[in-house]
Amino acid sequence: MNLTLRIWRQQGPDTPGEMTEYRVSGISEDMSFLEMLDTLNEELILRGERPVAFDHDCREGICGACGMVINGQAHGPERTTTCQLHMRHFADGDTIDVEPWRAGAFPVVRDLVVDRSALDRIIGSGGYVTAPTGSAPEAHATPVPKEAADLAFEHAECIGCGACVAACPNGSAMLFTAAKVVHLNVLPQGAPERASRVRNMVETMDAEGFGGCTNTGECATACPKGIPLTGISRLNREFLRS
Amino acid sequence: MSYLDYTLGAPVADTAAPDGPIEQRWERRRFEAKLVNPANRRKHTVIVVGTGLAGGAAGATLAEQGYHVVQFCFQDSPRRAHSIAAQGGINAAKNYRNDGDSVRRLFYDTVKGGDFRARESNVHRLAEVSVEIIDQCVAQGVPFAREYGGLLDTRSFGGVQVSRTFYARGQTGQQLLLGAYQALSRQIAAGNVEMHPRTEMLDLLVVDGRARGIVARDLVTGEIRSYTADAVVLATGGYGNVFYLSTNAKNSNATAIWRAHRRGALFANPCFTQIHPTCIPRSGDHQSKLTLMSESLRNDGRIWVPKAKGDTRPPARIPEDERDYYLERIYPAFGNLVPRDIASRAAKVVCDEGRGVGPGGQGVYLDFADAIARLGRDAVEAKYGNLFEMYQRITAEDPYTVPMRIYPAIHYTMGGLWVDYDLQTTIPGLFAIGEANFSDHGANRLGASALMQGLADGYFVLPPTLNDYLGRTKLAAVPADHPELAAVEAESADRLNLILAVDGDRTPDSFHRELGELLWEECGMARDEAGLRRALARIPEIRAEFWRRIKVPGTGEELNQALEKANRLVDYFELAELMCLDALHRAESCGGHFRTESATPDGEAARRDEEFGYAAAWEFTGTGEAPVLHREELAFEHVHPTQRSYA
Repeated sequence: MNLTLRIWRQQGPDTPGEMTEYRVSGISEDMSFLEMLDTLNEELILRGERPVAFDHDCREGICGACGMVINGQAHGPERTTTCQLHMRHFADGDTIDVEPWRAGAFPVVRDLVVDRSALDRIIGSGGYVTAPTGSAPEAHATPVPKEAADLAFEHAECIGCGACVAACPNGSAMLFTAAKVVHLNVLPQGAPERASRVRNMVETMDAEGFGGCTNTGECATACPKGIPLTGISRLNREFLRS
Repeated sequence: MSYLDYTLGAPVADTAAPDGPIEQRWERRRFEAKLVNPANRRKHTVIVVGTGLAGGAAGATLAEQGYHVVQFCFQDSPRRAHSIAAQGGINAAKNYRNDGDSVRRLFYDTVKGGDFRARESNVHRLAEVSVEIIDQCVAQGVPFAREYGGLLDTRSFGGVQVSRTFYARGQTGQQLLLGAYQALSRQIAAGNVEMHPRTEMLDLLVVDGRARGIVARDLVTGEIRSYTADAVVLATGGYGNVFYLSTNAKNSNATAIWRAHRRGALFANPCFTQIHPTCIPRSGDHQSKLTLMSESLRNDGRIWVPKAKGDTRPPARIPEDERDYYLERIYPAFGNLVPRDIASRAAKVVCDEGRGVGPGGQGVYLDFADAIARLGRDAVEAKYGNLFEMYQRITAEDPYTVPMRIYPAIHYTMGGLWVDYDLQTTIPGLFAIGEANFSDHGANRLGASALMQGLADGYFVLPPTLNDYLGRTKLAAVPADHPELAAVEAESADRLNLILAVDGDRTPDSFHRELGELLWEECGMARDEAGLRRALARIPEIRAEFWRRIKVPGTGEELNQALEKANRLVDYFELAELMCLDALHRAESCGGHFRTESATPDGEAARRDEEFGYAAAWEFTGTGEAPVLHREELAFEHVHPTQRSYA
């Protein structure tokens, strides 16, 4: 298929960017969205132009590196990561808009690459269990009810891609923060730091410039891993409880 | 002198492992290791390159112990290292199932699975430490799968007959990595780890014969600078991406270990690469990487192809008696659970016979119809739901109703930097952990053992051995104006400038694809002398063409992903050459290395222990120059080498 791409090009965080139009042809429906961009970049390199910069790594939907706003939707029309979006979801002749994550807390590094290090700092402020290596008790010393383990797992699936922030009209990181708070707070191993964890993580989230949550729910709709919106209610409950 | 005329150097031996009963060696080593006073640890800086299971675990643990850690990853966050993509599980000799498992059995299985090309003392330690890993990860809040009683669930995994694999649905690597990442994040926030994301190691700094730092490039600004330390730990993973198409993440690369090799670290068993039997077949020339489907699927899926050549009927229309469940037929005891190399080669054999399925006949069926009938769709979905979903997303086929198509792909590299029992390379002060070293898997790695080794090295093995090195070694600070720093920085910058200056007419990816296809063809699942000689003749030609025709737009002083790729390729050319030479010199079959000239009458791999019962550690002498081979003779005192049999 032949496509028209309108891609956000921006040299660096302090230079203005703009949508630039490109045409690509011979795109197979079995290509992933990133393979389609690879095709464009191969042509750009041969023309001596700078290829479009974008983050990507595992290309199997788990590392969380890739992410772009495609036709106004974080990760595009399917509920998956950009690397797992295939061109069969587009039609010959389509015009596709491709932009970086847009959020105050995610400055653009270049083109479609943004700086998501604020998410790392949220984790560093409390998204862990203090368990220095070697200090662990025997694994079966504390049984964990299957329901708690499953609930923890459901939230631990977050890949930290930032789609929730990009999709939120307020640029809020509530779903991201909730995912880690719920994962650790429902487990007995996370219980001793339960209160300080949620307080510190919420405080860091606010300090990093993420917006507030107004329950629009766009985050959970965009989340490629299906982190449930109820996670945010659980986060609020944990916060009030603390 | 041709590259092929390698010479035989002095043997290399592991002198770090204590002797005595194998069960007591690790305890003795830890007891005899020197300690560093906790108050003195903060005066030592340790560089850790990479933040996967090995690097993340090592960085967090060393920082907890009080060392000043300076850590690097090329990704935008330490959480994205490729360990995250491991699906199936992690082995540990807990014997929770009371099914006859033990440290001894895990040790035995790993040595046997590695086809008797691993070092016994290292493997035994790995099996011992496996037990502590599970405890550590549970304490961190890793949400392993559990039974209704609240205890941990386990399953059996490719190539073994006990249930010792702990798992977190199909995302075990992700959950274990996030555990290590969270521990590391805690140390970053506490100021004990200085983290440099989006920064790639370009070279190693060796001062007075010791590893004293690295030269790295800030991938955003392009700045190249030196970082000095008292010791350097490489946790940079394997080199499977030399094949271009592999299951590795796109940016995983060999530059860190290869540059260390060029600076004097021996590189062991480069031809030992693992091909994973259950990957999604490629769909066309645009393919940028291959996606693995966890081999846990082989627990319930049945592998088959049509009995007749060129049978193009849809699978549902092929009656039961016209199907060949070839693994169950050839290996009745293990069936679909034979080790990876055996399953991969068997798939290639049936496809070469013209019985492959799907586009180009490069695929076999992995069928869940029986499992769904036996267990119900819900049970199958609970076990494999996310894998089925992934398969459907990529292929647009529903594996609940149509059998999956799978084909082998490069997945893991057992070779790597040669290390002794302390995980120290032949450069004092340079340690290699996880997939970056060669030590524990011999010629073939068992399923669910990569996560075990990465975490064992990072959490439990490296910290005491590094203590010993720092405790024994008097190190003066490397002055910032030391000439070696400026020299290596300039060398790294020159290489990038040379690439940029060519301004030719071919892209980095086009060269990478060409190199990868050549290697897959001649140094992939089956190798022979003629093919390896062809590859060794062709690689220097591709390299010469690269330096005539490579094109990379932009400059080195900015985020330039095409430049990153081209720079990694320069190392891949040299590594590919060494892999082929190693494969050529090892005129036997063992594990993942199958030489068609060395097969049993029924086509199985035939080892030649008398001639090749050693690890091949290669010394670099110059680009295109014949390397020097140092052999480490392997002694098998506890697991007697036998021809592997899975029949």
